[in-house]
Amino acid sequence: MVSVIYRSHDGTAREVAAEEGQTLMQAAISNGIDGIIGECGGSAMCATCHVYVVEAFIDKLPPLTDIEDEMLECTVAERRSRSRLACQIKITNALGGLAVDLPEAQA
Amino acid sequence: MQFVEDHIATAVSHDIPVWDVDPYDVEILKNPVPFYAELRERGAFVYIPRYAMLACGRFDETREVFSDWERFVSSRGVGLIDFSVAKPWRAPSIVLEVDPPYHTRTRTVIARALSPRAVSELKDSFAAEAEKLVDELLEIGEFDAVGDLSEAFPVKVFPAAVGLQEINKRALVDYGAVGFNALGPDNELRRTGWAKASEIVPWITAQCKREALLPAGFGATIYAAADAGEITEEEAGMLVRSLLSAGVDTTVTGIGNTIWCLAENPGEFEKLKADPKLARPAFEEALRYTSPVHSFCRTASLDTAVNGIAIPKDTKILCVLGSANLDERKWQRANRYEIERKPVGHLALGVGIHGCVGQNVARAEAEAVFTVIAKKVGAIELVDAPTWRPNNAIHALDSMRVRFLKH
Ligand code: HEM
Ligand code: FES
Repeated sequence: MVSVIYRSHDGTAREVAAEEGQTLMQAAISNGIDGIIGECGGSAMCATCHVYVVEAFIDKLPPLTDIEDEMLECTVAERRSRSRLACQIKITNALGGLAVDLPEAQA
Repeated sequence: MQFVEDHIATAVSHDIPVWDVDPYDVEILKNPVPFYAELRERGAFVYIPRYAMLACGRFDETREVFSDWERFVSSRGVGLIDFSVAKPWRAPSIVLEVDPPYHTRTRTVIARALSPRAVSELKDSFAAEAEKLVDELLEIGEFDAVGDLSEAFPVKVFPAAVGLQEINKRALVDYGAVGFNALGPDNELRRTGWAKASEIVPWITAQCKREALLPAGFGATIYAAADAGEITEEEAGMLVRSLLSAGVDTTVTGIGNTIWCLAENPGEFEKLKADPKLARPAFEEALRYTSPVHSFCRTASLDTAVNGIAIPKDTKILCVLGSANLDERKWQRANRYEIERKPVGHLALGVGIHGCVGQNVARAEAEAVFTVIAKKVGAIELVDAPTWRPNNAIHALDSMRVRFLKH
């Protein structure tokens, strides 16, 4: 299990024990995190799993693919340099302690 | 090497249960639920001797096979034919039936054309068309929910969104059906489909040309990528063709199956009427519950194992999405249609890198239709028992006479 933290827009934070190999989106859905929808199930098609990754972890994440980059142009909340799609981030041990901020809206 | 149905008959482990069933039997295709249940019951994988292939129908294993594009490739065909040993009926799709890195290139372009942003621009026109159609149907009262609604709506809005100027309803609906029947074995359905293809394909191909398309639309976005040098002119035409083959019959089926679910479950329809915002979830749950795409194949690219079960290189595996979506191991009250369920992660639209690229369009169409129905229709009554239209990959209604009662 890898511990990750979701910080909602209203400031509350929840720490979740995610399974290795799950995506950050799946870990949110299976733990009932409200601020992530994940409508497309992780195919980088809906942009409803948008998160802002804390600075310290940005370089530890897999690089942005063209498809994710394209889809980040479709997020409802503004895209920032820390924006990623949670469904494109696979949880590994190296990501223990990862924290993400959830945007105000996903859809 | 031995071949069956144009793929390699591999020597699968004796531990895998053998089940001498024909998943393409017309009766099973019309009413697949008992087949799904027995498939899950018999094991994570079963070996089907007549087709020399494996089939899986439990959620976890089906998801694993369907999404792991490195071990279970799409480039050897998502039907029974293995493209590495036999020729497909037409040039394979350059997005559905290819692997990365090539797939990433075409997928990027098509995903841009069908992005949430592009689709949200169509929302108002979809809503207006849906209202017009539902008003007409309320006036008529009794009609065929397949031809008059489920086919009528997507054929009205989707080809126009692609940028087609000429509409041929039968060709558009049948083109999808022919392509999906082609994924099965050499049976009556596949042969009849191929016989029909010669009439439809020339018309479809002509519509995919740059000159045939309107200057705005999904097609134009795809050709713009050709202008930018991301893909070739020919590839652009192939991608537009993919939209027409994958985008009509599937949505028709999704909408039809949702009407069926609502007609069969009046209690759920009452919930939808009380809160029209449930239009999208009602469609999503109908996708889970009825799986319009009932099964697609993958081919093992190496010797591997899933959940400890050995799978030899070259094995064709039938991933029965319809069964995985009803697996009690994954879904509570799996056999019930409940519109308030949040079925995130169902496999009806695929999963992973090949996950349906048209899903935003499909949901937008459904949302338009079921929002008006929620607001304007008081009750949906089945006039007589609906009939199903067997297809080697699609679980669709053939006809369903219904009555719309006013509020
Ligand atoms: C309810 C309606 C729909 C259903 C049930 C459906 C189902 C699916 C499924 C199961 C897949 C995955 C195939 C695989 O992994 O082998 C898929 C992929 C695809 N769908 Fe859909 N689809 C629907 C609507 C649409 C629409 C409206 C379009 C076009 C606008 C479309 C275009 C595609 C394309 C091009 C792919 C291939 C994507 C890739 O391989 O990367 N689909 N669809
Ligand atoms: S879940 Fe749809 S883009 Fe991530």
